Amino acid sequence: MEEKQEELFNRWLSPQVEFVDEKAEEAYKARVTRIKDAIQLKKTPDKVPVFPLIGFFPAYYTGLTPYDMMYDYEKLKMAFKKYVLEFKPDAHAGAIGPGPGKFFEILDYKLYAWPGHGVAPQHSYQCIEGEYMKADEYDALIQDPTYFFLTVFLPRIFGALEPFKKISPLTNALEMYGGFTPVTFIPFGLPDVQSALKALMEAGNEVLKWIGNVVAWEREITAAGFPNLFGGGTKAPFDTIGDTLRGTKGIMLDMYRRPEKLHQAMEIFTPLMIKMGASAAKANGNPIVFIPLHKGADGFISNKQFEEFYWPTLKKVVMGLVNEGCLPFLYAEGSYNSRLELIKNDLPKGKTLWGFDQTDMAKAKKIIGDVASICGNVPSSLLNVGTPQEVKDYVKKLIEVCGEGGGFMVMNGAVIDEAKPENVKAMIEATNEYGVYK
Amino acid sequence: MGDPKDLVTALADLKEEEALKIVEEKLAAEEDPFKIMDDIRRGMEIVGNRFANNEYFISDLLYAGEILRAVTEKIKPKLVTTKETKHLGKVIIGSVAGDIHDIGKNIVVFMLEANGFEVHDLGVDIPPEKFVEKIKETGATIVGLSGFLTLAFDSMKKTVEAIEKAGLRGKVKIMIGGGQITEEIRKYTGADAYGRDAMDAVALAKNWAGFA
Repeated sequence: MEEKQEELFNRWLSPQVEFVDEKAEEAYKARVTRIKDAIQLKKTPDKVPVFPLIGFFPAYYTGLTPYDMMYDYEKLKMAFKKYVLEFKPDAHAGAIGPGPGKFFEILDYKLYAWPGHGVAPQHSYQCIEGEYMKADEYDALIQDPTYFFLTVFLPRIFGALEPFKKISPLTNALEMYGGFTPVTFIPFGLPDVQSALKALMEAGNEVLKWIGNVVAWEREITAAGFPNLFGGGTKAPFDTIGDTLRGTKGIMLDMYRRPEKLHQAMEIFTPLMIKMGASAAKANGNPIVFIPLHKGADGFISNKQFEEFYWPTLKKVVMGLVNEGCLPFLYAEGSYNSRLELIKNDLPKGKTLWGFDQTDMAKAKKIIGDVASICGNVPSSLLNVGTPQEVKDYVKKLIEVCGEGGGFMVMNGAVIDEAKPENVKAMIEATNEYGVYK
Repeated sequence: MGDPKDLVTALADLKEEEALKIVEEKLAAEEDPFKIMDDIRRGMEIVGNRFANNEYFISDLLYAGEILRAVTEKIKPKLVTTKETKHLGKVIIGSVAGDIHDIGKNIVVFMLEANGFEVHDLGVDIPPEKFVEKIKETGATIVGLSGFLTLAFDSMKKTVEAIEKAGLRGKVKIMIGGGQITEEIRKYTGADAYGRDAMDAVALAKNWAGFA
């Protein structure tokens, strides 16, 4: 796994693009090396890296809206490019976050409200909580997750794919005998299923157009010297089920009412989540796999529930990714103070990066700092309503508390949308000023 | 754990089946439904205290809410005489404009109601003028603004301003809450206080209503 990881790091270090000049190439390699050193805990980097985790910030910064980012790919590229080139962070998270608005429109997406569809054009998209999988559907999910997604989950979250409810199990297509293979495909002759397939093709065209722009943007930004931190992304199995299948309330009740089913479903998702993260990392040639963590935060569940329900399958995902040469970036939203002791002995040294929002950073450094690198915690309240000096003081303090010996990166706590630009700049400048290792 | 037949204990310990069984038995024995409701309230009060003491978590509160719903559904048909229930005070609550998150808000509503407040829950994505209207309509003296996203900072500020403009600022106390809310944000919005969780909200409301 060491070699696999080095190979992925080497691919990240040498992207298949022509740099604009030697200076850009040097800067790119210095940035990747800096991040690699900070994460691997083998040597101290030249400087603490800084990575603002941004959402729709580039839209607000350029006087545009989240709606523009989702519907006009030229504006998307322009705004995100302006952000990276002017702020010069050590890494960015691509231009993939906003997603293609028209795609969601074509398929009549019901799981989120997005700018112009349920929320105002100037606001970010937001999840609509619900039980998109019912409590009595665990067996169907466990038996055949793909068939469950195709014929139950997708028809619920995409209005245009409602007719997919009629699709037969494709695992019936076994041999030439008329009663096996041909009858499996009867649903594809039905007019409503065919309209759904047409919508799917149209949606596919839109996604292709969008991703073409996102990739073109990324090549240009890479050529200018700025690496994308993320090689891929995946989720903790508990969140996979709790966020968009059973919903927050659904999964919390399931822990009491049907714990065995929940455990089985999480085990089913575990290898799927490893594959999701690892295949993207390999395709993109970058080992870092982003894993946003939601429902295991302090306050949501007890330590006992964390150890029984949340951590075991997440740990398997982490180890599965590490075995594939990947480097999981676990972004713990909310706070994780009560969990640090529970996870510390399970973390392979120098193979994970932990992002925190409101976790006590001194405590995090003390408890997991010798086995994992950490980042985060610059508060969004400060970035939104504070002053640049306050931000600088905060970052300086963070570097003093967490930066010793490396293993630290400066990052904000919660995704940046409408923060003051001068404050985001102050976060970067302060890192460059106070974060140099001598 | 106490007497297994005790409804208060069954509810406080989140024993769903047991609680339902006791309620059914009590109803079959023609016990006063208002007395049963009183036991339920006491059980939920213990749940709230355990949450405040970090013995219970959001998972437990959501489950308690579910058990509460199930037991009160059984009792409701028996609550024929509409006894005037005394409330500690009226609270208006909602997720502010632009924010459609409601899990945190719902838990706050649940705990305020369990603690004897009359709560008017406006829902999510509530524009400032809706809060103003509801204050005028109900005469509520406490307003709770909820928001999960950072965009809520400005929506909260605008809501407080709208209440001020309507000449109602002196008549209500305003609390705010949500994942990214801090003292700096409280100052920024002009609210009176902020709370970290549902029990903070209950403590603030009780204090403002003069029951602390």
